[in-house]
Formats: sequence, C-alpha cells, structure tokens
Amino acid sequence: MTTLETYPTMEDAARAMGADATFLGGGTVVMRAVNEGVATPRLIRVTDPGLAHISTVGEILRLGASVTMADVLAHRDLAFLHPVARQIGGPQVRNMATVAGNLFAEHPYGDFATALLALGAQVTVTGQGGARSVDEVLRDRDRAGLVSAVEIPRPRDVRSFGFRKVSRVKPKGVSVLCIAAYLPRESGRIRGARVAFGAMGPTPLRSSGAERALEGQMLDTATAEGAAAAATEGLSPATDQIATEWYRREVAGVHLKRLLTEMERG
Amino acid sequence: MVKKPVNLTLNDSPRAAFADPGQNLLDFLRREIGDLSPKFGCGQGTCGACTVTIDGQTQLSCLVLAETVDGKEVRTASGLANGATLDPLQDAFMDHFAAQCGYCTPGMLVSARTLLDRNPRPTRDEVIEAISGNLCRCTGYEPIITAILSVAEGRARA
Ligand SMILES: Cc1cc2nc3c(=O)[nH]c(=O)nc-3n(C[C@H](O)[C@H](O)[C@H](O)COP(=O)(O)OP(=O)(O)OC[C@H]3O[C@@H](n4cnc5c(N)ncnc54)[C@H](O)[C@@H]3O)c2cc1C
Ligand code: FES
Ligand code: FES
Repeated sequence: MTTLETYPTMEDAARAMGADATFLGGGTVVMRAVNEGVATPRLIRVTDPGLAHISTVGEILRLGASVTMADVLAHRDLAFLHPVARQIGGPQVRNMATVAGNLFAEHPYGDFATALLALGAQVTVTGQGGARSVDEVLRDRDRAGLVSAVEIPRPRDVRSFGFRKVSRVKPKGVSVLCIAAYLPRESGRIRGARVAFGAMGPTPLRSSGAERALEGQMLDTATAEGAAAAATEGLSPATDQIATEWYRREVAGVHLKRLLTEMERG
Repeated sequence: MVKKPVNLTLNDSPRAAFADPGQNLLDFLRREIGDLSPKFGCGQGTCGACTVTIDGQTQLSCLVLAETVDGKEVRTASGLANGATLDPLQDAFMDHFAAQCGYCTPGMLVSARTLLDRNPRPTRDEVIEAISGNLCRCTGYEPIITAILSVAEGRARA
C-alpha cells in the first residue's frame, strides 16, 4: 500500500526522503508503478508553487522542477526547446510530465534530459550548495537527491542548437534514439561542441567521438561525415522492444549526419 | 488503511468522497463517485481512454493520485451533454460513425472538446495532434477526425 506525504518545500521533502520513499513529480512514470502495486510504501510530493516557475536571470533560463512540457511549449523564451517538448508523449502526457522527472525517467525516456545535456545545463539539488552539471546528475541518478530547478545557459545563437528524435509511431512515439547538438561557433568554427544521444545507453550520454570530430571545424559535409562515423563512441545502446542494439548503432551516425546537415543549412 | 477525504468540482457540481491510499483518479471517479464515463484501458498512460480535464488541462486520470485533485476542477465526458441535449461533438460522432465499440469515445470527446474550446477552427493536423494521446482500435481514426472537423467548421447538427 502506498501512502502520499505532502510537504510545503523541497527542503522538508528532502528531510523526509528515505529508501522506502519515492518523490512524486508529474507522476507519469511513478504512477505506473503505483498502479502495478510495485511502488515504494511512501510517495512524497511538494506543493511549493515556485517550483512551477520559469524565469530568466541574465543569460540563464531557470526552469523549476515541476515545470511541465506544456509549460515549456507555452513560453516564448524557450522556443528553441519547443521541438524537444513537442515530441514528448501525447498532449495529456505533456500536461503532466515535468522537467525534473525527465532527468530520472528510465530508458528509452529522457528526450528533454538529452537536450539539457547538450546545452550544458546545471541542476540545482536541494540541500547541496551550488549547482551540479547535468552530466554529473545523470551519471549517478540514484543518489542525485531532489532537484529543485534546472538552469540553461541561453544559446547565444539559437541556430547553434539542434534536436532530432527518431521514433516508429508518429506523432506520438518513444525514441529509437534522439540527438541533441549544441555547436556554438566563433568566426565560423565550432567551439565547445556538445552532442548528446538519448536512448543510446542507460541514461542520455554524450558522444565523445562526434564532439571530437566537430570541435574546431567548420560545419560542412566533410565534418558532418566525420562526426557521423564516430557517433557511437561513448554510447552503449541496449536491445529492447523498440530496436536492437545493432540497429541503434547502425542508424545513430545516419541520423546525426541528417541533423548536422539541417543545422548547416540553418 | 487511512482513507483521505477528497472535495472536488466535477462537471460544475461540488462532490466529495473518500480515496484509498494509492487510489488513482480513474478508479476514484468510477468507484467512489460513480462517474463511469472515463474508461480503464491500460493503467499505464498509453491509451488515453481515461482522459479527463483537471483545471482545464487534459490529463490521464489513471496516472493521477485521487487525493491530489482535492480542491480542483475535474471534467469528464459525462459533463458534455446538457440533459437530453448532446454536445455538438457527440452528435457529430454519431453522424460520422466515429464510435464503434465506443471504448475510446469518452476520452476522445474530452480531448476534442478541449481542443475546440481553445482553438475553434483547428486544421486537420491540429486535430490529429490533439487526439494523438488517445488510441482507437476500431475506427482507423478517419471518422473521428472528420467528426471533429465537422464541428469545427460549424457543419454539425446542433
Ligand atoms: C504514454 C507515455 C509516453 C511518454 N513519452 C515520452 C517521450 O516521448 N519522451 C520522454 O522523454 N518521456 C516520455 N514519457 C515518460 C515521462 O512522461 C517523462 O519522462 C516525464 O518527463 C517524467 O516526468 P514526471 O514528472 O511525470 O515523472 P514522475 O513519474 O513524477 O517521476 C519520474 C522519476 O523522477 C523522479 N523525480 C521526479 N521529480 C524529481 C525531482 N524534482 N527530484 C528528484 N527526482 C525526481 C521520481 O522520483 C521518479 O523516479 C512518456 C510517458 C508516458 C506515460
Ligand atoms: S487507462 Fe489511462 S491511459 Fe490507458
Ligand atoms: S471505437 Fe472502439 S476503440 Fe475507438
């Protein structure tokens, strides 16, 4: 039997957490476990309305933990993230699914987290001073603690961010894989390339191969081909009902090249 | 087992009942309140048969804990008709054979009504997008899309 505990703030909730408790965000993942009777005995939620806020502080876009995909889609400053949020679930799921929950949703989920990883977002964890990188939080998700917000450095040029999701069912389907690329340029050359893949490992992962092939280059056909050839370096896809490991490895580079070609055209 | 009192507004009427711990809103509406219009299809968020609106937004009632809707406004397909007068969407679903077994219909109607309330003249693509979280195993979707568009274009029997 699962009982719900409600707290006014994340700090209170963090103190109440334990091995027998699960934090309840939008519930699109947690409630499945409740319905199947396999949830932890305690569920913990927070009612603080501040967690649903989106704010801009200088060049930082701050999304509270309980901001939903629908909230992202309704916000003009986040237009560059609309192609990501729009492709998550159907309308009902987007009204429920939260940004923080997406960081913890298991394979093949985590499309939004993949975008956050490419954008070099920082995660504010309750009770831990300062922010941690998304990379770090994803690496050790089970012990990450409670997320109160994510902070995204606003891309100087929104065209330097690209996203592509590959799924079998349209308009609503889970990822065979998804790719987010952030390729800021200085005098035409890529500086600080970040390429993240979703559904290509237990959590969203960066492709070290693609990033190395892109760094310092002009974004042209030869560069895109080089990145595509090295795409799976750093990734560890699995076989599931949606695709085999082999298939995911075969197509990862193909889709990366298509995304880079789109970004090259601008 | 401690039951929790839940007060909500359901289709404009104040309602109250006790929810069991871990009880989802779908089960609560059907068993404790007696509104049988939302259907159980999967309990996993994939089928949309349990679609309701909570404070104006479509959500999946199987993925909502009943006790969390305390104080909120919930709408279901049973609130669409006004006595014997059906919502134009319900008429259109009949006219266009948009319901076969009918299991998906209440969820479809809630998604479609929410779309038309926000966007009275949606395009075909917008209709498809709006019902993309609702599965139908019978109709092949075309009659449903046609029915919704017929209301949008003001061609439905009122
Ligand atoms: C039909 C359907 C389709 C879906 N399609 C997609 C899709 O296309 N792409 C995709 O990425 N996902 C998809 N999902 C998965 C899910 O809806 C999303 O990943 C969503 O963002 C999860 O957020 P939530 O708030 O609902 O999470 P919850 O279910 O509330 O929580 C998920 C996990 O995150 C933890 N958590 C939540 N909030 C916090 C926090 N603030 N701090 C620490 N831990 C936290 C929870 O404890 C739990 O372990 C789909 C789900 C369904 C049911
Ligand atoms: S019963 Fe809720 S989505 Fe299927
Ligand atoms: S009419 Fe049978 S599922 Fe849609």
